[in-house]
Amino acid sequence: MALTLSINGEPREIEADPETPLAYVLRNELGLKGTKIGCGLEQCGACMILADGAPFPSCAAPAASFAGKEITTIEGIASRPAGARVQAAFIAETAAQCGYCTAGLVVACTALLEANPSPTEDEAKSALAPNLCRCGAHPRVLRALARAAT
Amino acid sequence: MSLADYPLVRHWIGTDGDRLVIRTGKVDIGQRISSALARIAHEELSLPLERIEVAPVTTAGLDEGITSGSLSIEHSGSALRAAAATLRAHVTDLAVARSGGTPKDWSWQDGTLTRPGLNRPLPVLALIAEADPDLAADPTLAPQPPAATAPHMRGISDLVTGRYTFLPDLDLPGMRHARVLRPPHARATLEALDDSAAEKLADRDIRLIRDGSFLALAGPDEWAVTKALATLAAACTWDTPPLPEDDVFARLTAETARRFPVTGGVPAEGPVRAPLEDTLTKARFERPYLLHAALAPSAALAEWDGAALRIRSHSQGIHALRDSIATSLDLPADAVEITHHPNAGCYGHNGADDAALDAALIARAIPGTPILLKYTRADEHGWEPFAPAMALDLAARLVNGQIEAIDAEVFSDTHRGRPRAGANDAGPRRLLSNRFRDPAWPAPEAAPNMNRHGGMHRNLDPAYTIPEKRLIKNLVAGLPHRTSALRCLGNTTNIFGLESLMDMLAEEAGQDPFAFRRVHLDDPRSIAVLDRLEALARDTPRAMGHGIAFAQYKNAMTRTAVAVDIDLTDASEIRLRRAIVVADAGRVIDPEGLAAQLEGGFLQGASIALHEEITWDRGGITSRDWDSYPVLRFDNVPEITVEIIADPGNPPAGAGEATPGPAIAAIANALCDATGLRMFRTPFTPDALTRAALAG
Ligand code: FES
Ligand code: FES
Repeated sequence: MALTLSINGEPREIEADPETPLAYVLRNELGLKGTKIGCGLEQCGACMILADGAPFPSCAAPAASFAGKEITTIEGIASRPAGARVQAAFIAETAAQCGYCTAGLVVACTALLEANPSPTEDEAKSALAPNLCRCGAHPRVLRALARAAT
Repeated sequence: MSLADYPLVRHWIGTDGDRLVIRTGKVDIGQRISSALARIAHEELSLPLERIEVAPVTTAGLDEGITSGSLSIEHSGSALRAAAATLRAHVTDLAVARSGGTPKDWSWQDGTLTRPGLNRPLPVLALIAEADPDLAADPTLAPQPPAATAPHMRGISDLVTGRYTFLPDLDLPGMRHARVLRPPHARATLEALDDSAAEKLADRDIRLIRDGSFLALAGPDEWAVTKALATLAAACTWDTPPLPEDDVFARLTAETARRFPVTGGVPAEGPVRAPLEDTLTKARFERPYLLHAALAPSAALAEWDGAALRIRSHSQGIHALRDSIATSLDLPADAVEITHHPNAGCYGHNGADDAALDAALIARAIPGTPILLKYTRADEHGWEPFAPAMALDLAARLVNGQIEAIDAEVFSDTHRGRPRAGANDAGPRRLLSNRFRDPAWPAPEAAPNMNRHGGMHRNLDPAYTIPEKRLIKNLVAGLPHRTSALRCLGNTTNIFGLESLMDMLAEEAGQDPFAFRRVHLDDPRSIAVLDRLEALARDTPRAMGHGIAFAQYKNAMTRTAVAVDIDLTDASEIRLRRAIVVADAGRVIDPEGLAAQLEGGFLQGASIALHEEITWDRGGITSRDWDSYPVLRFDNVPEITVEIIADPGNPPAGAGEATPGPAIAAIANALCDATGLRMFRTPFTPDALTRAALAG
């Protein structure tokens, strides 16, 4: 039986083996390469997507486990008001060095602001702890998050 | 150096009609060189940034060597600035010739040239297209003042929308995804491979590629290929002699080392003096093997058309890599073309070059098919060229509150593992998979880096005025792991040790850390950096521990002073509260980018200080993911203040490597301030702190 996923507001028929981790389906079958893979082990956050609004790594959990959930990837994040604000704030603060962590962080920041529109500094830091950045762009990301907060 | 090889304006700047095209041999490795270069052209030629393009960097273009050592701006930037300034003067002359006036009458604005009384301004790009092709860049012309427009990071809007294409995102028609299967560790060899494995894999449309102990898989479906690694692993029998497990720090001693006295930052062949006598304060500082651990595992794309190989790689040195790959595959150099394509920031020589060879080996076996090879996280953590474990023996003689003599001996394996050309095929022998092929290319013996501040001896020579110095570089061979260059080379260990020692001596002399350092500095710019830090630190609320450190990168580049405030939890975890970085990097081109580099460097140093250590046992490397090789995360990022002392009269000095060393030392000094515990080896984990407390 074919798997259907709801991605960025649209139903998508998935041909891949439903056991394939979601990130590989997004990237290779649907061409949504904004979702990065950094570890495949749910340890770095590069592959973060929203599942029913909650941040979730997509690199290991099978695509089938996302059936019935509303998935938002970096490509669809701008349609959420918080997502668009976060993107603008990342640009305004130049919140990236190499930028490989950026997509996952934009997603994670969006999820945080949707759940908590004015997080404290400590709340922000612990919410972003699942996302690694090796270039040390953290201070800029935190400034972007503060700028996007209401 | 860059201008000497490429003296003409057209080597650096051209136009495709609509846009200015900048050429460079330096590649974007997360240090934003392309943004800085575009800004230089923007300043000199008054063109809007969106009309400036940075051409792809390929082996068919400029060869500026390796992109590393914070030299991108010094090399490419200075050359481009000279070319652009020359072009500006030349184009003004062309405007005068065409439409009269004197050079002074013409003003530059937003891509046009105009003068009073002229109805139609002249387009700059059209004039550039007519420039004399033999025009030589004049490095003596004065630069234009810094642009007022806000600095802009190229590609940022594509990054935040997910549209930016990193190397692992490339996708070509007919492309195959590839993975390698590495042996259990570097000394293991493939004893037997179950014949039925290839058939089983072929049933799943996956090709097995084998050359000696080098194994790889390629197929149309990336996840299927990844999963098939388990099938392949089950079919392999490895001959696995145990990895040596003895204490690597005990092996970092003079007995087995090649020794070189260092003077003014430069090592020399020659007799090594006996250690200084009457040195009262002694300490040994150490650091374990470290990873670059880029956020993206290394990758490469290669295609073999039967006669030539085309490769896309995120290597920092595509020309040397091209030569080494050509030799590896017994091809003429011009049959291999490498184009740089960005991947995640790399911080030195990571798996990029190895991945390019692997992709080439696979592509050769499957002609006419683009091969996208990606390492897994475990491949990258387990096999990238490590930064060597190091030790630094220090001893100092203090007389009347002044350091009269210092003895510093640094011990390390090589920091030079890049596949550059060298005697006896050193280049190809430094590429990982060549060691596993049949016939195998064994690792070459490391040649000592004799350049000023070149390798382990980077910043071994204290930047302070000390009457007598004995500095020795000890290159140690026969250590268990392959090593190469990590951002800062020996600087992080040397500054960790020297700046810890400065605090130990200050205490002994009964002086505060600022005053004691100032006593030993003559350079006014260094003193200004320290003064500014002291003023800023005075107004910051204190945590449990406060520490500072100072360094001038390579004793010639950016001067950096760092202050750190930390707390210690009940579980002996260090919490970073506040950090202040004051830096003098000469003329500043992109202040935002510079601040980002300084902050990023601080955090990488903090990560090394708190967490990073490669571990192994007899069966192989055990730190192969982000749990077993933890790094700094958001939850321990301090509030960071960066202050740049701009010095427009001095040349720009890259700052990408200025902060990690002082960051580590300042954290060590803050820890000592908080607990009285002096740490002599990174990382300062809760375990290490507990052990040190019990031992102390
Ligand atoms: S790639 Fe998913 S968490 Fe690292
Ligand atoms: S900007 Fe490079 S990993 Fe975050």
